[in-house]
Amino acid sequence: MFVLVVGGGKVGYYLTKELVESGHEVVLMEKDRARAAQIVDELGSIVVPHDGCEGKYLGQAGSNRADIVAAVTGDDEDNLVICQMAKHHFDVPKTIARVNNPKNEDLFRHLGVDEIISPTRMALGSIEQDIPVHELLHLAALDNDLEIIEAKLQADSPAVGKTPTDLVIPPECSLFAVVRDGVATPLRADTVLQEGDKVIAIGKSDCERLLHEQLIGVGEDSQAAS
Amino acid sequence: MKLVIVGCGRVGAALAEAFDSGGNEVIVIDTSTRAFDRLSGEFKGEAIRGDGTDEDVLRKAGAEGADAFLALTEGDNRNVMAAQVAMEKLAVGKALAKINDPVRAAAYAELGIATVCRTTMLTDAILGYLAQRPTGMPSVIAPVPHVHDDDDLGGGHATAAPRLGAQPVAGAPEA
Repeated sequence: MFVLVVGGGKVGYYLTKELVESGHEVVLMEKDRARAAQIVDELGSIVVPHDGCEGKYLGQAGSNRADIVAAVTGDDEDNLVICQMAKHHFDVPKTIARVNNPKNEDLFRHLGVDEIISPTRMALGSIEQDIPVHELLHLAALDNDLEIIEAKLQADSPAVGKTPTDLVIPPECSLFAVVRDGVATPLRADTVLQEGDKVIAIGKSDCERLLHEQLIGVGEDSQAAS
Repeated sequence: MKLVIVGCGRVGAALAEAFDSGGNEVIVIDTSTRAFDRLSGEFKGEAIRGDGTDEDVLRKAGAEGADAFLALTEGDNRNVMAAQVAMEKLAVGKALAKINDPVRAAAYAELGIATVCRTTMLTDAILGYLAQRPTGMPSVIAPVPHVHDDDDLGGGHATAAPRLGAQPVAGAPEA
């Protein structure tokens, strides 16, 4: 596998290092000459000391035969452009972009970036997991505006004691698994939901309100705890 | 018509004033309020401080549904991204990005964004002055009409710049 990594910051550096160690062919592009030279000293001559946003250099680095281009600079707009150039100009089969502003995830996917890595979203996700909120938890965003959502059922959830068939679930949404005592099982039509269950659903983001109503309860934010 | 200009540099400010005095609704956005010093006292449009690649900022500024959106900051990629946000999320009529890298400029025209490339513009102007043959690369490139969507663009267009007639957009701006 030939991987072209653009951006020699911490993420790009360790990504390149790991890929080299697992035997892949890797080229790293880093526009800062001093930083590029430093990486050459450590990882060998696999660094192109130029700006990966510039079409000419992206071509010189071999993007037209790359299997994957990973744009992991610190700037969203640079990562978008690198991926789009790779995808549409050099026909790279798979592009990966690091995204800092979670609002950009959607746009990037829509504009032809194949995979999104969002450190902000990941940190947000793990913070949300630690807070016992009366909220739906977003586990992952998929193509076509689909999301994987988790709902942890509290004692006051209207779904407790019911089976999935008792619930009004939007047609474009499906509840597919339940995590109980750390064990994940497929959600069957006769599964009786209990307090503490984590129900995993997949659906469009506009189903959220109804899902919230059915699994968490009415009222948007944290309800007054009784 | 309603016009949004991101980047109040020399070109951005000059265009803002030209359209403003022509009786159009003009919104100028820049990350630095100092940039607005370039606008004369007669400018009646709106000058808003903010990041022009941020959908929220653009929406709040009233960019939605603008007839034209011109991304003219110093950063090629910022311009590209701002123009794409405008096209995809804010339903603007026309979006144009200043892109100084000729390869990127040609590539983005294929993705539906009009581009202006100062590099080819200046190169050709100077070659012309010295009575040399111009590069032949268009400096203002109209977007290629969308055939289908995204991936249908695949196919061997490794380095071929689209040879579209250089269609001047509202009077080619000076660099």
